[in-house]
Amino acid sequence: MSYMDKSIEELHKLLINGDVTSDELVKESLEKSHEIQDKCNAFVTILDDAKGGKVTDNLLSGIPYGVKDNYSTKDILSTGSSNTLKDYIPFFNATAIENLNEAGAIKVNKTAMDEFGMGGTGTTAHTGIQRNPWDLTCMCAGSSSGSAAAVAAGVYPYALGSDTGDSIRKPAAYCGIVGYKPTYGMISRYGLFAFASSLDHCGVLTRSVRDAAIVVDTMKGIDENDMTTWDSSNVHLLDACTGKVKGMKLCYIKEIVDRDKYKNGSKELLEHLDNFYKTLDKCRELGMTVDEVSVDEALLKAQPSVYVVISCAEATSNMSNLTGIVFGPRGKGDNYIEMMKDHRTKGFSPLIKRRFVIGSYVLQKENQERYFKNAQRVRRLLVDRWKEIFKDYDAVILPVGSGPAKHLDGSKDILDENTAALEEHLQIGNFGGFPSITIPDGFVSGLPVGVNITGNCYEDEKVLNIAYALESAMDYKGQVVKEVK
Amino acid sequence: MTKYLAKIGLEMHCEMSETNTKVFSAARNSYSESPNTNVRPLDMGFPGTLPVVNKEAVRLALMASMILNCQQPEYIYFERKNYYYPDMPKNFQITQETKPIPVGIYGKVLYECDGEIKEVRVNNIHLEEDAASLDHFYATSNIDYNRAGVPLLELVTEPDIHSAKEAVAFLEHMRSVYQYAGISEADSKKGQIRCDVNVSLMDASADEKDPRNWGVRAEIKNINSFGGVRDAINYEIERQTEILNNGGEVEQETRRWDEESGTTIRMRSKVDAIDYKYFVEPNIPKYKVTKEWLDEIKASIPELAMDRKKKYIEEYGLSPYDAGVLVKEKDISDYFEKCVALNIDVKQAANWVSVNVIGELNKENISIKDFYLIPEMLKQITDAINSGTLSSKQAKEVFFKAIEEKKEPKNYISKENAQISDRDELTKIICEILDNSSTQIEQYKSGRDNIFDYFVGQVMKNTRGKANPVITKEILHAELDKR
Repeated sequence: MSYMDKSIEELHKLLINGDVTSDELVKESLEKSHEIQDKCNAFVTILDDAKGGKVTDNLLSGIPYGVKDNYSTKDILSTGSSNTLKDYIPFFNATAIENLNEAGAIKVNKTAMDEFGMGGTGTTAHTGIQRNPWDLTCMCAGSSSGSAAAVAAGVYPYALGSDTGDSIRKPAAYCGIVGYKPTYGMISRYGLFAFASSLDHCGVLTRSVRDAAIVVDTMKGIDENDMTTWDSSNVHLLDACTGKVKGMKLCYIKEIVDRDKYKNGSKELLEHLDNFYKTLDKCRELGMTVDEVSVDEALLKAQPSVYVVISCAEATSNMSNLTGIVFGPRGKGDNYIEMMKDHRTKGFSPLIKRRFVIGSYVLQKENQERYFKNAQRVRRLLVDRWKEIFKDYDAVILPVGSGPAKHLDGSKDILDENTAALEEHLQIGNFGGFPSITIPDGFVSGLPVGVNITGNCYEDEKVLNIAYALESAMDYKGQVVKEVK
Repeated sequence: MTKYLAKIGLEMHCEMSETNTKVFSAARNSYSESPNTNVRPLDMGFPGTLPVVNKEAVRLALMASMILNCQQPEYIYFERKNYYYPDMPKNFQITQETKPIPVGIYGKVLYECDGEIKEVRVNNIHLEEDAASLDHFYATSNIDYNRAGVPLLELVTEPDIHSAKEAVAFLEHMRSVYQYAGISEADSKKGQIRCDVNVSLMDASADEKDPRNWGVRAEIKNINSFGGVRDAINYEIERQTEILNNGGEVEQETRRWDEESGTTIRMRSKVDAIDYKYFVEPNIPKYKVTKEWLDEIKASIPELAMDRKKKYIEEYGLSPYDAGVLVKEKDISDYFEKCVALNIDVKQAANWVSVNVIGELNKENISIKDFYLIPEMLKQITDAINSGTLSSKQAKEVFFKAIEEKKEPKNYISKENAQISDRDELTKIICEILDNSSTQIEQYKSGRDNIFDYFVGQVMKNTRGKANPVITKEILHAELDKR
C-alpha cells in the first residue's frame, strides 16, 4: 500500500482514524526519497533520521514534506545548491519553516535547485542536474526542480519552493503538478536565501489546489522579521475553494497566445496552444467568461530584459554576503580580498557569475539610468497595465511555457526570440507581486503541460477558487508519475 | 593665510546610543567591552536575514533633522550602498542618499565660536547603519560585530566653516545638541563620533558666494577626535597653502589623518572614486511620515543647551560664563536643574556645581552619573549653611567627607556641631576670656596686632571651633575697644 501519492486531506483522515501512523508515512517517504534520488537526483540532503510526529487536528500534522534548499533550516544543511554554502548549517529556521513546525509537519529532505534560484533548468545545482520523473531525459525546469520532481514522483504530497521569475510555476507545469506563489508579503521571506528581494516569493508545489491552499494557509502570516509581510489573518485559502465560479471573468493576452504569431512554431508549441484553448472552453463550461485582451507588444518585448536587469542587480548585491569569511568554506589567500576572490571564484557557477557581471554593469553610475532605472519604469508600466486588466477581470489565464519539458541534451538557458513572451510572461506575476498558480491541463508528446491563473494582489482566495474549479473539471488532479523511467 | 580663505565642510558621523536596539536588527544597542555579545544573525550577514527598521531610531533622526532646521521627507526610504569591506558583513550598507530624500535636507545651524554666533548650512542629515569594528594584529585581524548595525546619523555640512577653531566649535555644538536631545551620549572616547573633513583654499579676495571660486578640495577621512579634526584641518591648510604658494595645483583626492605623524596621507584620487552602485533597499517598504507624527516629534524636542543658557542668564541672573560652564554637558546641567527644583538658591547651586562638583568630577575623572553626592544630598549641606548650622568651611568638609565615605551629608551635620552665631552667647564667652587675659590686652594695646589672632584662637578653643568666626571677630574688636 502506498500513501505518499495521496492528498493531504486523505492522509490526515487516515492518520486520525489510525489506519496509518506518522512513522509509517515518514518511512515510506524516506524510501521513496532514495529511490527518486537515484533516478532524478532531486535532493541535496535526505533526513534519514526523520521520525514521525504527533497527529493533531492540524491537517499537516505528522505528514512528510520537502524543503527547497534555499530555506534556512536549523541544524540542517542548507546550501542553496551552491558550493559557496556547501557546508553551511544554519542556527535559525526560516519563518515559514517555523510555522510548519508548529503545525506538526515533518521535513524529510532538502531539495536540489538551480544555484540560489538563479536558473530555469534545474541543471546548475552543485550536486548535479535534476531529471524529470516523467522522462528522465528531460529537464524539470527550475529553479524549484528537486521539489517539482519529488512531488510529481509521489515522495510526499508537497514541497516548498521559491519563485523569483517562475521558479515554482514553471517546474510545476513541466512535472504535471500544482505550483502556487501567493501575493508578495503573504509568506515571510525571513530565512529564504535572497536572490532578488523585490521579486522573491515563497510558495509551494503540490498535486492539488486544495493541498496548495492548506500549506500556504499554514506558511503565511505577518512576521516581525520581514517588513514586507502583511496581515492575512482574514484570508482563508482552503475555505475559499468552493468551486463556485459562475460569472467570473477571465481573460488571456492576445499578443502572447495568438496562433497567428506562431505559424512556423513547432508541432509541440501548436499542440500546447490548442490544449490551452481547450482549457479555455472548460472555463466557459464552468460558467466563466473568457475574453481576449490586447497589451502593447513593445511592453511585452521589453519584459524579459526588465527581469534580467532587476533580478541581476538585486542578486549581485544580495549575494555580496557570500565571502566565505563568516560562513561557507574559507577561501585561500594572503589577505581577505584574495580569500573572498578565491571563495567566490571557486564557489559560483559560470551562469551566476555572468548574472553578477550584468547586475554590476546595470547598477554602475554611468549605466544606472539607462538600464536599471528604465527597467524599473517598464516594470511599473507592466504592473499598471495588469492592474488595469484586473479592474475588468478576475484573473488572467495563460499557458505556461511554449510546450512540455525540454530535453536535457539540447537544453541551454537561452531564450528563443519568437517564444520569449510565452516563456517569460510568468515574471509579470513577480513584478506585481500577484498571486499566481499553475495547474496541469493536459499532455503534449506524452509529457505534462500546465496553465497559469494570475489575479490581483490580495485576491489569492479568488485565484485559488478559480484554479480549484478548473482543476475539478479536468482529469489531472492528484496525478503522480506511475513509473519513473 | 591672508591670501587664502579656507572652505571647510564636515561630515559628522554620530552613533545614536539612546535606542534600545540596533537600527535594523533586534540586537541590543549598547557599548560593550566584550566583543560579539550584541549580535543577531542580520548583523553578521547570514543568508536569509532581513532588515527591520527601528522606529525609535527614525524618530530621533527626524528630531535631529528638525533641530537642524532641515526639511523632512514625506516618505522614509533607505538605500543600499554596495562595497566590499571586511567590517561590512553584508558587503552593503543600508543608508540614505539625497534622492529620494533622507530624514533631513537643506537646513542651517547657528553655533557660537569665541562669543560670536556663526551659521553653517546643512546639506543633509541621514540615518544609516554602522559597520563592525576591526582590531588589527601582527598577522591577523579580529572583527567585533557589536558595532555592526548601530544606528548612525551622518550630518553633511556645506563648506561654510573657515577655520579649525570654528570646526571644533561647531562639532562641540552638535555634540551638545545630540546629548540634550537624548539622541546620543556623543562620546568620542567610545568612538561614537567620527568625522570626515573637506578642505579647500580659495583666493580671499574672490567672491565666496560663487562655488567656482572655492578651489579644489581634499577629503580627509575617519578622524576620531575633535583634537584630530583641529590638527588635520590646520595641517591641510598648511599643506595646500604651500602647494598654492609654490604655484602648484591641489589635487582632488581622499586622504586620511595619521595621528602618529600628525599628517594627512593620500588614499586615492578622485579618478579612483568608488562607485557604490546605490539602489533603493527592496526589503524596507517606503514608510509614510505623517504630519501628526512630525508634530508629535516636534513637541517632544527637549530644551537644548542654548535655551538653557539663555534661561540661566535671563531668569536666574547667572553670568554668561557661569551659564556656559553649567550647560556645557547635559548631565551636569540636569544636575544643576535638579538642585534648583529642590529649592536650593540658584546662585548657591550654581556656585556649588560649577566649583565643587565639577572640580571633584575632573579630579576623579568620572561622569556626573557616577557621582555619589546627588542633588538631594547637596541640599542637606546648603540647608545647613543657610540655617547657620554649618560654616562654609565646615560645609566643604562635610561635602568631601560624604563623598569619601559614601554616607549622606546629614550624618556629619548635627546641632551639637552647630556653629555658635548667637551674639549674646559669644559676648559672654569673649568677656570671660578677656577678663582673664590682662597681660595680652596690654600687649595688644601697645601695638602688637597679632595678639588679636591669639584671642580668636582662645574663643575657638573654648567653643571647640564652633564659634562663628566673622561674628567672633566683630565682637572681639568691639570688646577690646571698650577696655
